[in-house]
Amino acid sequence: MQTLACPDCDLLQSVPDLPPGGKASCGRCGHVLATGTADPISRPLALTIAALLLLIIANFDPLMGLSAVGRHASTTIIGGAYQMWIEGEQATAVIVGFCAVVAPAGYILFMLMVLLGAGRTPVPGWVGEMLRWAERMRPWSMVEVMMLGILVALIKIAALAKVEPGFGMFAVGVLMLLIPAIEVSFDPHAIWQRVAWVKPKTSPPIAGDSAPEASS
Amino acid sequence: MAAALTAAQAGLIGCEHCGLLVRAASADEPGHCPRCGSALESRRRQSIERTWALVIAAAICYIPANLLPVLGTTTLGSTEYDTIMGGVVFLYTSGSWPLALIVLIASVMVPLGKLIALGYLLISVQRRSSSSNRERTRLYRMVEFIGRWSMLDVFVDTFTVALVQLSPLMAVRPGAGVMFFAAVVVLTMIAATTFDPRLIWDAGGEQES
Ligand SMILES: [Zn+2]
Repeated sequence: MQTLACPDCDLLQSVPDLPPGGKASCGRCGHVLATGTADPISRPLALTIAALLLLIIANFDPLMGLSAVGRHASTTIIGGAYQMWIEGEQATAVIVGFCAVVAPAGYILFMLMVLLGAGRTPVPGWVGEMLRWAERMRPWSMVEVMMLGILVALIKIAALAKVEPGFGMFAVGVLMLLIPAIEVSFDPHAIWQRVAWVKPKTSPPIAGDSAPEASS
Repeated sequence: MAAALTAAQAGLIGCEHCGLLVRAASADEPGHCPRCGSALESRRRQSIERTWALVIAAAICYIPANLLPVLGTTTLGSTEYDTIMGGVVFLYTSGSWPLALIVLIASVMVPLGKLIALGYLLISVQRRSSSSNRERTRLYRMVEFIGRWSMLDVFVDTFTVALVQLSPLMAVRPGAGVMFFAAVVVLTMIAATTFDPRLIWDAGGEQES
């Protein structure tokens, strides 16, 4: 049992310890306050490692190829951003590169560090910092939007030339499913409760949530 | 406890990063979270002003994003320019109306809907409206969730440009509209994070609970 303030409406409420798969929602605005996970580390870790491998394939294998009148062209994700850059659209290239490459890679790598670090007792403070970075990257990681964008581009181009989907595209497709799977199996609250405090026993006084000495 | 209490009313702050409930040292300088070390804020700073600035900037960019071409296709010396709507029409006439609909929703309706929704949330908070708080919170969550999908056309244009380089037969170049379009998406996504949904409940939320 702990007291929390709802992040969406600020209402104070007590959240009971949840069984695996359980969910506690804010009584006023409906925001999901906490979820119960049986195993906060090993399942998300396995999914994150799988995502890392697919990320590498997705970035280095061509997404698709195109052939017309004896000519052949293919592109990777980074190749797309690079082409935008040399066509004079540097700002767009940076945004595409960030949302398609940097943010997904950042999210996966930060999550990997969080999950590897969270196995230690006590969990070192940098795990919290990495978790914050993973959460910052998450909204900007747009693998699923990119996947749909690639499909639309394929259909548009199919009218002009013969298009072959590449291996990278299948990797993007699986990655698109793995990233939400990591999120669902992961409970940031469980990690935060184990993280060593920045300021162990100093003011300001703490209300509500279990302090380290009471966390057993 | 009879009446429901918010953290702010109790002099507490829920850390936005780790969720720890901290007693604020003072209202003006709440200090840092003792667990994760991030700066504490009872409400996001200058939430309304910043969100308005971003919404207005995005609304301005929305106009050239729709009017300027996003792609220019050069075939045998002649160049044709396509706007976002032109791309939707092309997909429709080439027989894939489901994709035309997806691009229309993601590129034209979602950004416009986000701007209207954020404007409505800002005005209702400024007027200290205390009705339909739950619905407004849900609207805010939808804006947050849907924001990324309006980047769709930027990806379509990028991969079309990257692939169709069969010079001298055909080449596709990006148009200036792409940049404005990407700007609309980025600005509205930041606007969704500067807006503080707790403001919706600050004007007499106790009537509803
Ligand atoms: Zn709530």
